[in-house]
Amino acid sequence: MPEAAVAETAATAAAGAPLLSVRGLNAWYGESHILHGVDFDVAAGEVVTLLGRNGAGKTTTLRSIMGMVPRREGSILFEGEETVRLASNRIARRGIAYCPEERGIFASLDVDENLLLPPVVREGGLTVSQIFELFPNLQERRRSQGTKLSGGEQQMLAIGRILRTGARLLLLDEPTEGLAPVIVQQIGRTIAKLKVQGFTILLVEQNFRFAATVADRHYVIEHGRVADMIRNADLDANMDKLHDYLGV
Amino acid sequence: MDVLGIPTQALFGQLLIGLINGAFYAMMSLGLAVIFGLLNIINFTHGAQYMMGAFCAWFLLERAGIGYWWSLLLAPVIVGATGVVIERTMLSRLYQLDHLYGLLLTFGLALIIQGVFTNYYGSSGQPYRLPEEFAGAFNLGFMFLPKYRAWVIVASLLVCFGTWFVIERTKLGSYLRAATENPALVQAFGVNVPRMITLTYGAGVGLAALAGVMAAPIYSVNPQMGANLIIVVFAVVVIGGMGSILGAILTGFGLGVVEGLTKVFYPEASNTVIFVIMVLVLLVKPAGLFGKER
Ligand SMILES: Nc1ncnc2c1ncn2[C@@H]1O[C@H](COP(=O)(O)OP(=O)(O)OP(=O)(O)O)[C@@H](O)[C@H]1O
Ligand SMILES: [Mg+2]
Repeated sequence: MPEAAVAETAATAAAGAPLLSVRGLNAWYGESHILHGVDFDVAAGEVVTLLGRNGAGKTTTLRSIMGMVPRREGSILFEGEETVRLASNRIARRGIAYCPEERGIFASLDVDENLLLPPVVREGGLTVSQIFELFPNLQERRRSQGTKLSGGEQQMLAIGRILRTGARLLLLDEPTEGLAPVIVQQIGRTIAKLKVQGFTILLVEQNFRFAATVADRHYVIEHGRVADMIRNADLDANMDKLHDYLGV
Repeated sequence: MDVLGIPTQALFGQLLIGLINGAFYAMMSLGLAVIFGLLNIINFTHGAQYMMGAFCAWFLLERAGIGYWWSLLLAPVIVGATGVVIERTMLSRLYQLDHLYGLLLTFGLALIIQGVFTNYYGSSGQPYRLPEEFAGAFNLGFMFLPKYRAWVIVASLLVCFGTWFVIERTKLGSYLRAATENPALVQAFGVNVPRMITLTYGAGVGLAALAGVMAAPIYSVNPQMGANLIIVVFAVVVIGGMGSILGAILTGFGLGVVEGLTKVFYPEASNTVIFVIMVLVLLVKPAGLFGKER
């Protein structure tokens, strides 16, 4: 990571303990060593993205935070407490919720059952009617089989169901992937509303134009490491660098 | 009165036997389907666990004077607890591996359990006294229906419906269905999936033991009783399709009746008819009548 970014990460840390603090995170799938010492912070109330090329390790980073990789080392502090050795169900109970890249809608559950599946882990989650206000499309499809929904509706369901749980940190893996522009806009507005309500969001994105509309800061992941950190305000000035990183 | 040259008395008699057998096929294949759905293990110990249920009821009665009704509750809990131990100490090590390992392990366990019981009790059966409430029969006009057999049919329907209801219509069932599809994600939502898997195996084993208790007064309680049943039950499961709850129930009762009718119309085939149907179904629909192609 360049000096300035290191200093910035350290500065966020000094400004009061961040909600999530990842240090020296390594992760493996069997023999393949995927993450090689990932460091970053997310402050409470922030929207932070992980940008990076295909295969850079963005999804693996989210899955490591969630305890869903076979082996991980390093430190993941959530609300100041170490979670790197906890099973994924214990991590979820601490108040982190995950929306996977493949959405993970269950075919043997209808929309209502999918929505109500994740257990409430804390107070302060949205109610079902608040979720339907955010995503009115879902309300009309409550009795449909989960996987009979359109791609956009499935994405709304995948996001909606983790809002009920009271988790304060949401890990969203490419929520706009493969969706029509109107739906992408709707998801962008939703993320903005959630931020206003105090949710902290760690977002994986390929589409940095979308990321720029919702995020406070961006971390660039390259070959399983954090290569750079860019504040959203400085994005225009760093466009060339970003194009290099992302190969676009 | 005759139907197609067969006395109705004989016809209904065999139909009843078919329904009773079907009740056991249904309860047994239900447990197998539940276990396979979540654990991905074909539980070959199921027959031995059914036998353990029957023996447990027999022990409770002979040694402790605990009767049939309490056994219906206690035997499934006791045998289910042994299932929990088996899952924790052995099966849980096999989930990353191919189906075949689970099948071999549970098959080996079945042989060991049956061997131990045969060693102590020989292969002749122990009679289980029919509870007094069940003495006698209902006169249906066209036939006598022994009270206990009527009870077995009703009770197994209740058990099947109850299991179906829990899985398809409750919150717990939605966890089970979701974990069958994607256990890692369900766990990442905060559900203790490993514990759920352990309890599911215990519940499936408990179902087998419950069937064993219900069978005790009808068939003699002997170490091989499960080995004979399990072969047919596996054919039932193959025909119905692995992992389908409703499929297991309908196929269980249906095949029991088909088997009973075959005894009336073509007795020579009564022992093989289920296997013939299995071959035909496999040729036409390899995933089974109610199974989904994987
Ligand atoms: N289950 C797995 N087993 C083995 N290797 C894996 C597995 N999942 C991912 N990988 C490898 O880990 C590396 C990082 O993958 P990851 O999914 O984290 O990338 P990503 O940044 O999310 O990419 P994308 O933008 O394509 O989603 C890749 O090289 C990938 O092949
Ligand atoms: Mg990814």
